[in-house]
Amino acid sequence: MDSFFQQLVNGVALGSIYALIALGYTMVYGVLRFINFAHADILMLGAFSAYFLSPAIQQIFPLPGIGGALVVMLLAAIICAGIGVGVEFCAYRPLRKRPNLAVLITAIGVSLLIEYTCQHRAVFGAETRPFPQLIAERNLDLVGLTVSNLDVLVVVMTVILLVVMWLVVNRTKIGTAMRALSFNREAAALMGIDINRVISFTFAMGSALAAVAGVLYALKAPGIEPLMGIHPGLRAFVAAVLGGIGNLPGASLGGLILGLLETFAGGIAGLSNYRDAIAFSILILILLFRPAGILGKNSVEKV
Amino acid sequence: MTFGLRSFAFLSGLTAATLFLVGCNGEKEDTIRIGEYASLSGKEANYGNAQHEGIQLAFEQVNAEGGVLGKKIELLTDDDASKAGEASNIVNKLISKDNVVAVLGEVTSGRSLEAAPICQQYGVPMVTPAATNPRVTQTGDYIFRVCFIDSFQGAVMVNFAKNSLHAKKVAIFTDIKSDYSKGLAEFFRKGFTEGGEIVAELDYSGGDKDFKAQLTTIKNSNPDVVFVPGHYTDVALIRIQSRQLGLNVPFLGGDGWEGSDLLTIGKEAVEGDYFSSHYSPDRGSAKAKSFVEAYQKRWGKTPGAIAALSYDAAMILTDAIRRADGVDRAKIREALAATKDFEGVTGKITMNEHRDAVKSAVILQIKNGVPTYLETIEP
Repeated sequence: MDSFFQQLVNGVALGSIYALIALGYTMVYGVLRFINFAHADILMLGAFSAYFLSPAIQQIFPLPGIGGALVVMLLAAIICAGIGVGVEFCAYRPLRKRPNLAVLITAIGVSLLIEYTCQHRAVFGAETRPFPQLIAERNLDLVGLTVSNLDVLVVVMTVILLVVMWLVVNRTKIGTAMRALSFNREAAALMGIDINRVISFTFAMGSALAAVAGVLYALKAPGIEPLMGIHPGLRAFVAAVLGGIGNLPGASLGGLILGLLETFAGGIAGLSNYRDAIAFSILILILLFRPAGILGKNSVEKV
Repeated sequence: MTFGLRSFAFLSGLTAATLFLVGCNGEKEDTIRIGEYASLSGKEANYGNAQHEGIQLAFEQVNAEGGVLGKKIELLTDDDASKAGEASNIVNKLISKDNVVAVLGEVTSGRSLEAAPICQQYGVPMVTPAATNPRVTQTGDYIFRVCFIDSFQGAVMVNFAKNSLHAKKVAIFTDIKSDYSKGLAEFFRKGFTEGGEIVAELDYSGGDKDFKAQLTTIKNSNPDVVFVPGHYTDVALIRIQSRQLGLNVPFLGGDGWEGSDLLTIGKEAVEGDYFSSHYSPDRGSAKAKSFVEAYQKRWGKTPGAIAALSYDAAMILTDAIRRADGVDRAKIREALAATKDFEGVTGKITMNEHRDAVKSAVILQIKNGVPTYLETIEP
């Protein structure tokens, strides 16, 4: 029974990170109707920003320490928000009137461009780098369970960011504009909404979330390299589809489900090798019965 | 039609240029070309760089003493970026384009297994410094190694776990993507089941970042020790996360732990763990000591086992070329196979009939952030 709860904790911690990343996929999809494959690489850039920032931050805020860690995360988020907006401006905006497929292919291209540029010796290089310890590790003993304080931080951060996201989308003017855009882009433009500004804002928010997820991911597994985003990025993309793409609570639910599935499958001796296969088979089953995702709405294509 | 003509002209120009370049290659007869493929970047960059530094130091010394057979050795190095599939591309290129006499590399068994069939097919001798999986040299009679094989290494760690650590229950955690890891885990499992119990066997996939699911299961099986025959970057993360779960029993590993990033990433999490390796810089003959000095002077750091083995691989190849009295690949192969009692920095090297070196292993323990010599085990 102990093992069950321990795996539950592991799964929730992993799933929270997937959820954070999935939010970025789902928001961009909601507004622009395409999958931003470069999102996973923004996550990696977030981790690397933190890696390069922390020696400088250390001069001002004590590291390891929660205050310094939050400052590092905030700065990484700001940098990545800028990168996200830049990517959108350079690569996606010129294709705004083109078919979605063209944008999708461009997104894959941007992703590969970032990955392979960063692997170059003159940029980051392909080797794994030790990620600085931003928070002193401690093991908390909760009724027989060993929980790392990092896992607690991951879950708390995710919940806070989710609530903030939900408030932004549902309770602010720019959030209303985002939803209007998602509903009907032309009509939104006719109502006087500055489409480009809203889209840039969406990318900034998504990328900032990815950066925070990247830092949290690097804290959990403190070895970072330019391809570190691919694995969690793919999982998060699937999580977003599973929860119903375009749906914020769906993305977080999908992330949690995927994290739990992976963890429970991975913990079975003899089957740990097949953990992805097991997780994804269950996923296919869910999608067979709910093609639009768990919280997604079925929409009829008008011909 | 204009387009067709123009591209035809372009293609003929390209062909002419290629022919010219190939022609240039053939004219260089004053050097002996030796190819090297290494993981200079990527996940196992520590291996590749140690390998390259060892080999380059060896050939610099050989060339400083006038080369071999009156010719200088020219080393052509290519990076496979620690990626599957890349090694075969590079070795193909080294052989067919650069026309190398022999090939040195790689450290990992997986990528050595990829390149070995190509070397065998073209009849180019290949010496791997540190690929320990038995299947590497089974590829064919042109493939050699200067290190021990995993059946020996597995037995060494089984004995160490049983006799020195008095372990009764052991958990094995294998990298399913790595031929090396799977092979070594198999030998360990076979050895340990006689008189011991394997309480958990789990797998991960090299490059994973989250190992907590498997480690939780391992922890709940209450092992005395955990055997992780993986590569150093994964091992460092595994060790950090196992500490987070409160799994504080000793971890054991093989020579895949031989990378400086194990310590820079793993830090205090790997403290007190044990692994088997080929050599320890603070032990050994006068020859080993002078190698350590030369290496420190050239590269500014202490050589690990991979660098030492690579140095030996390069020296054995040089010795074979000298004894073959020419660059005929078949003769070099024969000379390599006849290597006997070669005084290397990692010990005396004799090729057995399987083209494997029969050598002793050392066990190191990480103490105060440094792999420290514990004991030597003879074959």
